[in-house]
Amino acid sequence: MDWLNAVIQGLLLGGQYALLACGLSLIFGVMRIVNLAHGVIAVAAAYVALWLVQDGSVPLLLALVVVVPVFAAAGYALQRGLFNPALGGGELAPLLVSFGLGIVLTNVLQQVFSADSRSIGIGSLGTSSVPLAPDLSVGVFSLLTFVVGVGVIAAVQLFLSRTSTGRAMRATSDDPETAQLMGIDQRHLYGVATAIAIGTVALAGVFVGMSTQFSPTYGDLVLIFAFEAVIVGGLGSLWGTLLGGLVLGVAQTVGAQVDPAYGILAGHLVFLAVLLVRPSGLMPRTVTA
Amino acid sequence: MNALLSVEGVDVHHGDLQALHGLDLTLDEGETLAVIGANGAGKTTLLRTIAGSLRATRGEVRLDGDPIGSTPAHVRVARGIALTPEGRRIFPSLTVEENLLVGGYRGRKGPWDLRSVYELFPLVHGRRTRAGAHLSGGEQQATAIGRALMANPRLLLLDEVSLGLAPVVVKEIYAALPQVVARGTTVLVVEQDLNQALGVADRVQCLLEGRTVLEGPAATISREDVTAAYFGLQE
Repeated sequence: MDWLNAVIQGLLLGGQYALLACGLSLIFGVMRIVNLAHGVIAVAAAYVALWLVQDGSVPLLLALVVVVPVFAAAGYALQRGLFNPALGGGELAPLLVSFGLGIVLTNVLQQVFSADSRSIGIGSLGTSSVPLAPDLSVGVFSLLTFVVGVGVIAAVQLFLSRTSTGRAMRATSDDPETAQLMGIDQRHLYGVATAIAIGTVALAGVFVGMSTQFSPTYGDLVLIFAFEAVIVGGLGSLWGTLLGGLVLGVAQTVGAQVDPAYGILAGHLVFLAVLLVRPSGLMPRTVTA
Repeated sequence: MNALLSVEGVDVHHGDLQALHGLDLTLDEGETLAVIGANGAGKTTLLRTIAGSLRATRGEVRLDGDPIGSTPAHVRVARGIALTPEGRRIFPSLTVEENLLVGGYRGRKGPWDLRSVYELFPLVHGRRTRAGAHLSGGEQQATAIGRALMANPRLLLLDEVSLGLAPVVVKEIYAALPQVVARGTTVLVVEQDLNQALGVADRVQCLLEGRTVLEGPAATISREDVTAAYFGLQE
């Protein structure tokens, strides 16, 4: 029963990783940018939500409703203002820009919120659970995170496959120059993609802030987990990212079941094993060709 | 009345290499013009300059008399210019139908939609759920033309339709062109295949090394003249 429990807790944790990784996967899939500021943006969203709740006395749910669109709008501005100009400078330029942005943001957070660990209080939601079997129960909050993670990935995937804008994104990912000949304004479309990505990572960040202690440098860990989920699943595929998140989550909890010290390590080892055996990931390329 | 398209004294450079030298071209509404010439004559460069993928270093491109030289490619589509690029450039991960729909992303209203394109190319209809990556050359070319038509262009630019295709497929695709012209679309076709070019066009303009060496109505121009111009044999 302990092992089954570990696997189930791992799947739920994986839902959180998938939610964190969704935006990273989307940005890479559409414009081949690895956004190294991804993790710290998630943490920044958690801080903004915390600030709204604590200093602004805003209800948590309302804070979430405010943070996501604000971050999405900031994502659009980030793309138009920083990443689009950088894309003209070769493959390395956007990577370096996002690296620099990550450092600046981390230090701004440290300046404004100090380096203390914080968390967003959710009261009894954090401790209540639902029993599945006599010896098996899952936390309501973990379950909620899982449902939101799967829901967000499914929604973004549906957007890409069914809407006119999503189709234009896939076309641009295939061949940006020809896409322009179809009347697609690449700069705007990239802005929309980044807005969606940053909106989802802001949502993910607030969930992380509710589930654990975070500090301004916590973004590094978030970035690593998100990156591992994306690579394990296969670059540019959102369903792959979901699978990657689940695999990573299960690896961590099963590893921790063997020995509590091995949890994170087991996740890294599975990541390395996938890189070694299937470098293109478990489900490569369904979004892009 | 203004010509639909006029290219006036256009120079285009690829880095240090000059591909077009003060090129002039005019095209009236409803007309079909074939631009022919050998490899490297500047035909593709000319089309890409009209579509907006390349910028002229000198001269002007006008649509209805309005200068569009600094208008980005994606805006030109909305103004009525659609290009079927060299090499077809079908989006490989999208299905044939999605490729067509992307073609209509910012297009104008008009006679062309999924149904009329499928009627024009039954071949494309049969492949509509297939991924763009898994099409034969002829299927790709028909899809690419259909995709450009989905924007309901006033001016359709066709680049090297026959390149790399079996003659029977080329014939089938060219057989569809009169229906496009009949719906009021002006067509500028670039070809290496003289017979196809002379068969479909009202007028022929022959390029050699980025300059016009011969121009005239397709009906009166002789194959010998064209061949001489094509290879640069005139004195």
